[in-house]
Amino acid sequence: MLAFILRRLGVMALTALALTFVVFFMTNLPPSLDKLAKSEASFRMSDEDVASWLDANGFSRPLIVRYGEWLGVAPGWTHQAEDGTLTGRCYAAVPRGEEPPRFCGVVQGFWGQSTVFKQPVSEVLARSLGLTGWLMFWVMAVMVPTSLVLGVLSGMREGSRLDRTLSTFSITSTATPEYVSGVILIVLLGSATAGLSPLLAEWGWIEGRTLFQGTATSAMDDITFWNFGLPVLTIALYGIGYIARMTRASMTEVMTQQYIRTARLKGVSFPMIILRHALRNALIAPFTVIMLQFPWLLNGVVIVETLFNYKGFGWTLVQAAGNNDIQLLLGCSVIAVLVVLVTQLISDIGYVFLNPRIRLG
Amino acid sequence: MTTWDPSKPILEIENLSISFATRLRDIPAVMDFSCTVMAGEAMGLVGESGCGKSTVALAVMRDLGRNGRITGGAIRFKGQDITHMSEAELRKLRGSEIAMIYQEPMASLNPAMRIGDQLAEVPMIHRNMPKAEALALARQIVADVRLPDPDRILNAYPHQLSGGQQQRIVIAMALMAKPALLILDEPTTALDVTVEAGIVDLVKDLGEKYGTSLLFISHNLGLILDVCDRLCVMYSGEAVETGNVAEVFDHMRHPYTQALFRSIPLPGADKTTRPLVAIPGNFPLPHERPKGCNFGPRCAYFQAGRCDAADIPMTDVPDAHRHETRCLRWAEIDWAAPPAAAVQAEAIETGPVVIRASDLRKYYEVTSGAFGGGAKRVVKANETLSFEAREGETLAIVGESGCGKSTLAKVLLGLETATSGDLTLMNEAIQSKPVQARGAETVGRLQMVFQNPFDTLNPSMTVGRQIIRALEIFGEGADDAAREARMLELLDLVKLPRAFADRMPRQLSGGQKQRVGIARAFAGGAKVVVADEPVSALDVSVQAAVTDLLMDIQRKNKTTLLFISHDLSIVRYLSDRVMVMYLGHVVELGTTDQVFAPPYHPYTEALLSAVPIADTRVEKRRIVLDGDIPSAMNPPPGCPFQTRCRWKSDVPGALCETTLPPMRVLENGHQIKCHLAEDILARMTPVITLAAE
Amino acid sequence: MTELSWPLILFHMALRLWPVWAGLVLTFALSLRYRRRLGLYGRLFDSPVGMIGLAIVLFWVFSALFADLIITHDPLSQISGMKNALPGTPVAGAAEGAYPHYLLGGDNLARDVFSRMIVGAREVLAIAPAATVIAFMVGITLGLPAGYVGGRLDTGLSFLANLVLAFPVILLFYLLVTPDIITTGIPMALAGVLFLFPVIFVSILLNSRYFTTPGKRNLYVGVALALGLWAWSGLAFNADPLGFWGMTPNMLNVFVSVVFVNAPTVFRIVRGLVMDLKARDYVAAAQTRGEGAWYIMLWEVLPNARGPLIVDFCLRIGYTTILLGTLGFFGLGVAPESPNWGSTINEGRRLLAIYPHAALVPAIALMSLVLGLNLLADALREESLRD
Repeated sequence: MLAFILRRLGVMALTALALTFVVFFMTNLPPSLDKLAKSEASFRMSDEDVASWLDANGFSRPLIVRYGEWLGVAPGWTHQAEDGTLTGRCYAAVPRGEEPPRFCGVVQGFWGQSTVFKQPVSEVLARSLGLTGWLMFWVMAVMVPTSLVLGVLSGMREGSRLDRTLSTFSITSTATPEYVSGVILIVLLGSATAGLSPLLAEWGWIEGRTLFQGTATSAMDDITFWNFGLPVLTIALYGIGYIARMTRASMTEVMTQQYIRTARLKGVSFPMIILRHALRNALIAPFTVIMLQFPWLLNGVVIVETLFNYKGFGWTLVQAAGNNDIQLLLGCSVIAVLVVLVTQLISDIGYVFLNPRIRLG
Repeated sequence: MTTWDPSKPILEIENLSISFATRLRDIPAVMDFSCTVMAGEAMGLVGESGCGKSTVALAVMRDLGRNGRITGGAIRFKGQDITHMSEAELRKLRGSEIAMIYQEPMASLNPAMRIGDQLAEVPMIHRNMPKAEALALARQIVADVRLPDPDRILNAYPHQLSGGQQQRIVIAMALMAKPALLILDEPTTALDVTVEAGIVDLVKDLGEKYGTSLLFISHNLGLILDVCDRLCVMYSGEAVETGNVAEVFDHMRHPYTQALFRSIPLPGADKTTRPLVAIPGNFPLPHERPKGCNFGPRCAYFQAGRCDAADIPMTDVPDAHRHETRCLRWAEIDWAAPPAAAVQAEAIETGPVVIRASDLRKYYEVTSGAFGGGAKRVVKANETLSFEAREGETLAIVGESGCGKSTLAKVLLGLETATSGDLTLMNEAIQSKPVQARGAETVGRLQMVFQNPFDTLNPSMTVGRQIIRALEIFGEGADDAAREARMLELLDLVKLPRAFADRMPRQLSGGQKQRVGIARAFAGGAKVVVADEPVSALDVSVQAAVTDLLMDIQRKNKTTLLFISHDLSIVRYLSDRVMVMYLGHVVELGTTDQVFAPPYHPYTEALLSAVPIADTRVEKRRIVLDGDIPSAMNPPPGCPFQTRCRWKSDVPGALCETTLPPMRVLENGHQIKCHLAEDILARMTPVITLAAE
Repeated sequence: MTELSWPLILFHMALRLWPVWAGLVLTFALSLRYRRRLGLYGRLFDSPVGMIGLAIVLFWVFSALFADLIITHDPLSQISGMKNALPGTPVAGAAEGAYPHYLLGGDNLARDVFSRMIVGAREVLAIAPAATVIAFMVGITLGLPAGYVGGRLDTGLSFLANLVLAFPVILLFYLLVTPDIITTGIPMALAGVLFLFPVIFVSILLNSRYFTTPGKRNLYVGVALALGLWAWSGLAFNADPLGFWGMTPNMLNVFVSVVFVNAPTVFRIVRGLVMDLKARDYVAAAQTRGEGAWYIMLWEVLPNARGPLIVDFCLRIGYTTILLGTLGFFGLGVAPESPNWGSTINEGRRLLAIYPHAALVPAIALMSLVLGLNLLADALREESLRD
């Protein structure tokens, strides 16, 4: 078991290294650096000016060296300007005037400086991750129980009317990406001119002009049902359909197994068959699916945070990518990749623990 | 239940009809089926796949699924009609009064629940027993089904037990509430023969001990003879004959029953002098049943205008005990007449040695553990195999699962290469040549017929195309037209209509697919054919025809047949020499007569005793092996068979536990790998004897 | 000219869509008539879900095909006074013979929403199925040996696949689909690799089957290579000497990214299917007659994995549609004017609270197409599992 986890961690580290290098490579392509130089210094720079700016800011060194610097396994660059002032990667890591360390990279906890937010990347990420954490938490709290219940209910009697109804719902919700469901939900529940809100307002059932708020900006300070409901529902809907379908498939498969027949022929009643015999076996597969759903949620998070203007991780990612904020984008990708890999690890280990068949091998 | 009179039948099925709804039409699965089971009686239901025997069993449990429906008749259990019971009433009956056991023991047990919980559930539901008491009862029953270390077993999950142990647990579960009727649907089909023998004994003993009535469903007539008092033969959804086991076996009064017995290899049958008689034709599909007698088109006694005029009722056979048959002509048929179609064949002369193995070994390296990276272990799949086979000879390779016969086949065919030792095919050394390294001619000479007919043909290629592909690969035929012609000849060779060339495999029956597999194997003019249980997955009535075909081709082409099987009856029938394998070792090798007569290797002896034989004249010594076959991953030290050997005490000292016995050559080249002294071997008595008639 | 009421809007739309209805009726009539001879496709007509799914998908296919007949206005032209016009608004000062209404209203640049929706279908259906096909070729060509041969090859390929899968899709798009990256030549290089797979696939397919008769083999493989490399040079490098094959750099960029994202999943599915199927006896039979590995993979294993692959193909076109929408939504890889559904939704959402129609129309269009594909996949799965 320990050997397995160690090996998995090794693969994870390798994956993370490979991925961050790819991101590093892609964000440091010559045109991006060109743009960076122009946006940081002056838009009217000549090609020579750009080259010297890049040189002065450590961008002219070989890519692999700069990657090493970013990681913290190669010494940070220093540059002596003509007037003798020293600048360098690691000068930004310590208060002005202090002697900088030789290495300053991710390993040392220094993530660089965001050019968009003019703040250290670690601060930007910490703040945005905190906000996204709440979003994720509520999404999970809504999505997991709902989808499991829907899946089990529709899978326990395959082909019944209940199954058909729930399956139709699941298919529809998986066919609706977040940018579609978000728009529809806003129109239905968060628009002053369309959907339910005008009606409710007319009847005097709601105080404001809309039932839910069409933006989640206010939720960054204080989460309420009315400002957070739509973003959470938007992300959850897509996942609910998917997980419910997986659960249903797993449940219908379990219900055709011989041991369910054994239980039935033992005289066990239908509810007890579901609870005692089917459920545990049927939930093994969805567990993996839920865990692997995290990377997908990340997608949803980016869309929903953009759509509802909620300044979390996804919004930050869009800002970083849109403005070619290299350090921030690298930070974001490290986080994203880690989330993916850690959930994969958890899903693998959890699968083994849930499934007694392979525990002893 | 109090009103039930024990002298009345416990189960009465009357004119039962069952249909399954499919998209196109309702398919009748069982028609006008009647049978009675008395208290303490063991009733057998025999028939080939698709005859409706399992459907009857499920109807008794009222568990036909969503598509199945009882369309007529009654099922009375202790006088109450089950067909009209509510779900709640059924629940009271299921598990407490009627219990059922079916084929796949692993699938019958919940993989995520401990054995103890699954057993204890039964009395907890039906008798509101507290859990502690229920577990105590479970422990007692587990001991009753002769499982060692019941406490450990109660705490185990199903996957931690072997197949035989799982089936014992399933039986224990069925017995937890001491049911009045136990239904067993092919309970041993998935198990090895020696394990099967133990289960069958157990079922019989427990049936007597608890006074339980049995409804025993099987395709194996030998098992029915071992277990049952009465039987009912089914064909295509109908009961065709029912009566006492002895009466039906010896004085059958239905042509199907007779044909069935003539197509299975019983002692005395012989491939040259008394060949089997295959039943012509195929089992009718449910929606293509003929008018009148369902067996009519395949029956030797068929009379047009009479047998196909109207439905045929069951009629009593007088002078017998509740013996009935569904045949109009039973009184006119001369039942004692010998089979007309028994064509005797010439015995073939064996030629030079074509394939020879000496000290052949195959070891695998495996890593264990769920997460990989565990300790590396060497599995000795084949240990020092030495044998030879001559042109035109049939060498049978016999053994149960894990004995290494499939590995041997792989090495022979070049799918694996030998770890050491020599293997020559017509003087060409092939032990370390994988199939890609063998020339097309060598590959064509040595081919294989596979076990599972449903798997042997590519489902998405036409039959003709698959044979032509083999011809292309073996370099046969000058152009497409020549290969096409050769393909049609091959279809003729395996007695299939030429029109089959354009069919897809799913349009063929199991026996037909197996014939195509044989045609494909002979496409390159094979001189040696490895047949891996070629008929074991086929229905009894088809088995004889496919076996016949193989031997026919063998005679024509002087092919050497390496016949891998676990079924000693068929081995005795068709092989010239027999090689018995156990855990990778050859434990006995000799001519068929030598192996089937004492002195035996102790394993061969047990194997012979375990094989059920459908002949009332046969008297067998019962030798039931304890425990299961050890895992090839973890073989016992010394003699591989020592953990189950009943003769071990006759060998002085701890020789069996420590030393691998040498291969001893007895008279006439009969080889045995055993430590037993000469005089003890000489004292051995035959396992099977035919009682004088 | 008066404003149209909703029933009238629907009526006029139905009239405009007549080529679609004609196509649907013809397809269904023919399919229903010959369904017993059409295999799995024919069996779709036994299931109501399948027919609904197929009808929705075909609706959009025909809309895309006959878009020129259906649209009422040029999807890019702006008509003054029609900014954010509500559905059914008459076009002010419409010229003689021009269509008198904006059936589904106007967007914030005063363009006709209905026409943009129809042309948007063409944009999606030009890329999604083709990209899915290429992704399948890549996934199959790599997944077959990974599953069949196993060992180090499998470890290596699986690692690469997992690498791509661990990449959050959006991040990948932001990195891969930018105007800057086109100048670096990365998309072209990727296309060069990815588009080579279909050529390799078909060549190996034919070679493994016909190598026993060299004459035939040389002909077939030669033709396949010639055609494949011709298309390859044009599509990947825009270097087709005859100018028949070609793609704009922007479209190539989107196309490549979508293939890149989808291929690893296909790889994993194929690998899993092969690991299951390779234990079958007919595979062993092919091995015992000395068939090459590629023949076994392509002719013995792959045809028998077709059921799950067809189902996944439908689902994957839907997923690709969603991805294309996502790209549009973030304004990646699309011309600003383009009637792409995703970018239209993004533009429309700014005024969502006041004028929902501009965003809602493409949103529902996209959803219905994906829903149709999912229903189709569901029915195919159910039908292929039966008997």
